[in-house]
Amino acid sequence: MSTTADSLHLRPHEAHDAHHGEDHKPGFFVRWFMSTNHKDIGTLYLIFAIVAGIIGGAISGIMRWELMEPGIQVLNRAWPIGAGTANFDEWAHHWNVLITAHGLIMVFFMVMPAMIGGFGNWFVPLMIGAPDMAFPRMNNISFWLLIPSFLLLLGSTFVSGGTGLGAGTGWTVYAPLSTSGSAGPAVDMAIFSLHLAGASSILGAINFITTIFNMRAPGMTLHKMPLFVWSVLVTAFLLLLALPVLAGAITMLLTDRNFGTTFFDASGGGNVVLYQHLFWFFGHPEVYIMILPGFGMVSQIVATFSRKPVFGYLGMAYAMVAIGVIGFVVWAHHMFTTGMNVDEKMYFTAATMIIAVPTGVKIFSWIATMWGGSITFETPMLWAIGFIFLFTVGGVTGVVLANGGVDNYMHDTYYVVAHFHYVLSLGAVFAIFGGFYYWFPKMSGRMYNELLGKVHFFLMFIGVNVIFFPMHFLGLDGMPRRIPDYTPAFREWNQVATYGYMITIAGVAVFFVNILWSLAAGKKAPDNPWGEGATTLEWTLSSPPPFHQYSTLPRID
Amino acid sequence: MEHGPGHMMPTPGIGEPDGRKGIQMQVTPIGEEASAFHNNWLLPLCAVISIFVLALLLYAIVRFRRGANPTPSRNSHNTVIEVVWTLVPVLILVGIAIPSIRLLRHQYTPPPADVTVKVTGHQWYWSYELPDHGVSFDSYMLKENNDPTRQANQRARTDADGPPLLAVDNRLVIPQGKVVKFIVTADDVIHSFAMPAFWIKQDANPGQLHETWAKVDRPGVYFGQCSELCGARHGFMPIAIEVVPAAQFAEWVGSKGGHMPGATPAAAPAAAQASTNAAGNATPAPAVAGTATVNPAPAPQNPNVANRTNQ
Repeated sequence: MSTTADSLHLRPHEAHDAHHGEDHKPGFFVRWFMSTNHKDIGTLYLIFAIVAGIIGGAISGIMRWELMEPGIQVLNRAWPIGAGTANFDEWAHHWNVLITAHGLIMVFFMVMPAMIGGFGNWFVPLMIGAPDMAFPRMNNISFWLLIPSFLLLLGSTFVSGGTGLGAGTGWTVYAPLSTSGSAGPAVDMAIFSLHLAGASSILGAINFITTIFNMRAPGMTLHKMPLFVWSVLVTAFLLLLALPVLAGAITMLLTDRNFGTTFFDASGGGNVVLYQHLFWFFGHPEVYIMILPGFGMVSQIVATFSRKPVFGYLGMAYAMVAIGVIGFVVWAHHMFTTGMNVDEKMYFTAATMIIAVPTGVKIFSWIATMWGGSITFETPMLWAIGFIFLFTVGGVTGVVLANGGVDNYMHDTYYVVAHFHYVLSLGAVFAIFGGFYYWFPKMSGRMYNELLGKVHFFLMFIGVNVIFFPMHFLGLDGMPRRIPDYTPAFREWNQVATYGYMITIAGVAVFFVNILWSLAAGKKAPDNPWGEGATTLEWTLSSPPPFHQYSTLPRID
Repeated sequence: MEHGPGHMMPTPGIGEPDGRKGIQMQVTPIGEEASAFHNNWLLPLCAVISIFVLALLLYAIVRFRRGANPTPSRNSHNTVIEVVWTLVPVLILVGIAIPSIRLLRHQYTPPPADVTVKVTGHQWYWSYELPDHGVSFDSYMLKENNDPTRQANQRARTDADGPPLLAVDNRLVIPQGKVVKFIVTADDVIHSFAMPAFWIKQDANPGQLHETWAKVDRPGVYFGQCSELCGARHGFMPIAIEVVPAAQFAEWVGSKGGHMPGATPAAAPAAAQASTNAAGNATPAPAVAGTATVNPAPAPQNPNVANRTNQ
């Protein structure tokens, strides 16, 4: 029924000493470039996500620098910081390229690879007692599809996107700005990039579903699976069902751009709003794809450091299923201003608000897991607690935005930017950092530095709040999204946000110092550094685990 | 600086951002209803829920830290509390949904329109047409005096026009207390016609017509910005609407070469005269000269239009 220690009676021959014979690793090239090992592929995904996160984070730095003052002071600089030209329109276009790249990189190349490719690959097989993923070679191509995908996106910034270099359509790639509105190959390259990233994710999703349904150790029933595995299972279904719709929509963009079709062009019988329906039918499940694995990680972390089983395990699992299901029928709340009729607006208002119920169940269950516990505050627990609070703040503004009549005012303003960064930048990213610290000893065999970890947490907790909380004020005062310059009334809060970025970046610097120091000189990690609260199977293995684990399957009673 | 309708001095802090922390002052019935719903119900609810969760977390952190509670309980179920924390949010959401649905109903049942304005978004300016009044014109952002991209024949922004990046050369003028229907479209990519102080935002979709409406009782100047990414100068196509008493609206219509509906369009001469008449005459709509082509009215001359290709 749950994942507690007393429900898992592992057989004694699962002691890690038994694994020495399984640790024959292939040579460097074969190991890392032709990998079929879920842990190595997970590591590759994590490295990829870190590289993409550095690029995406640097882009936000350029944006915050530009928004520090009214006027254009950064976009007129040398490429890639600015447009590298003397033409105002190209400066403004460069801004659109930056926001587009920031969004796409953070969604497709940072959060998703880290959570699903990275932690999912590493820990789903370990947690369900499987030797590897169901399709190890497909796992490899899932990862390697991301490399050309990312290169296509980065490459698109070198070619014309109409007004200037790069695709300046926003991550949503709305037609007709992305069709007749953007001449040049940049947008085509960005679309191909999304095709490849989507194919990568679909293959990954098939792999996870197959693995979780078929490769659980004896006795590991669905209702005994750790919540992180549940979260990846639900996420995989969302990926499998949502991404083909995106692929269809952006393929129609491609043919509208290049082959004279008019799917999204009224002059040929098409409809510009159709693209938005298709995009958000993918896009809304996508935001749950980005947060659900985080829910799973936070559940593991809170239970571990409270030294209690997760409160309301079944409710937690099925709350995620409910969020996944409802997540497919609320998409048009991203489109309240497109001119839909009143019945549609009323439905999407009501349906959207319903998501708050299972989300509330999760928030309260995490707190109830802590209730009565014996809590210690190692770094992962700090991130998890930070997640719970900040996700709540992002959640309540989501309820405000769910109201179609109220959203008229906030739609496409910084209020929305604040909302989705609270749930993603402060939600998903906090979960990723929590998971990283939680599993770093297991993955690397070294303990991270606890002091640096805490400094990282507190700097970043303060920093991201200083960035994003004032954006609520900017939005309520009327500041639109996606503008490189603003009227002076918006100056103060924009400056505060930029100071917040500086604090955040200092926190991220501490993170990198911590990883490098810990990899080089960290204390050797025991099998289970977290004590009696860490009851999932990965903690029964050595740190790092052997190259191949569970040659004798564990049995869960 | 010219005077008369179309050139009202904006009031600082009204109809424009001012660095506040909340919603702009609303000047339409819908805006008042919606902002009251947000400020008196949604916002306090957000604060209470966030603080409640924070308080629970802090209590758990202090009370159940290892030092205070060395032996964890094994408690992992409590049906009563699980039902409570499912049902209470449902009730709260019902409490939100009722006024929310009511607001939507009010937004979608406009009174009969007194004035119709067709709004068209372009890369990167707005054009306005009052089909019943024979008025049609373009509206561009006014650039700063020191802006190197400003052409010599483009008028620079002054404080009387409004804040930087929000002021336009030709404001849309609408009558006070009248129901104005906006029919919104675009002719290239999607734009969004937004006016925060009226609580309206309607995407301008090429190939589609959508409508929204406002009834503004307070005379004044109100500013908004394009609210859908529309290419390079998305941030530089503001919207400015001036609300004036009915007589001044008629005067403005005259100055734009239009006529009040029902009035017989006079033969060509002197819209300028007609507009001076209107200024001194509170009764609506003197017959005003016909078409823009023969209209000598000095109206806010618009060098931007002449230089559209330079935009």
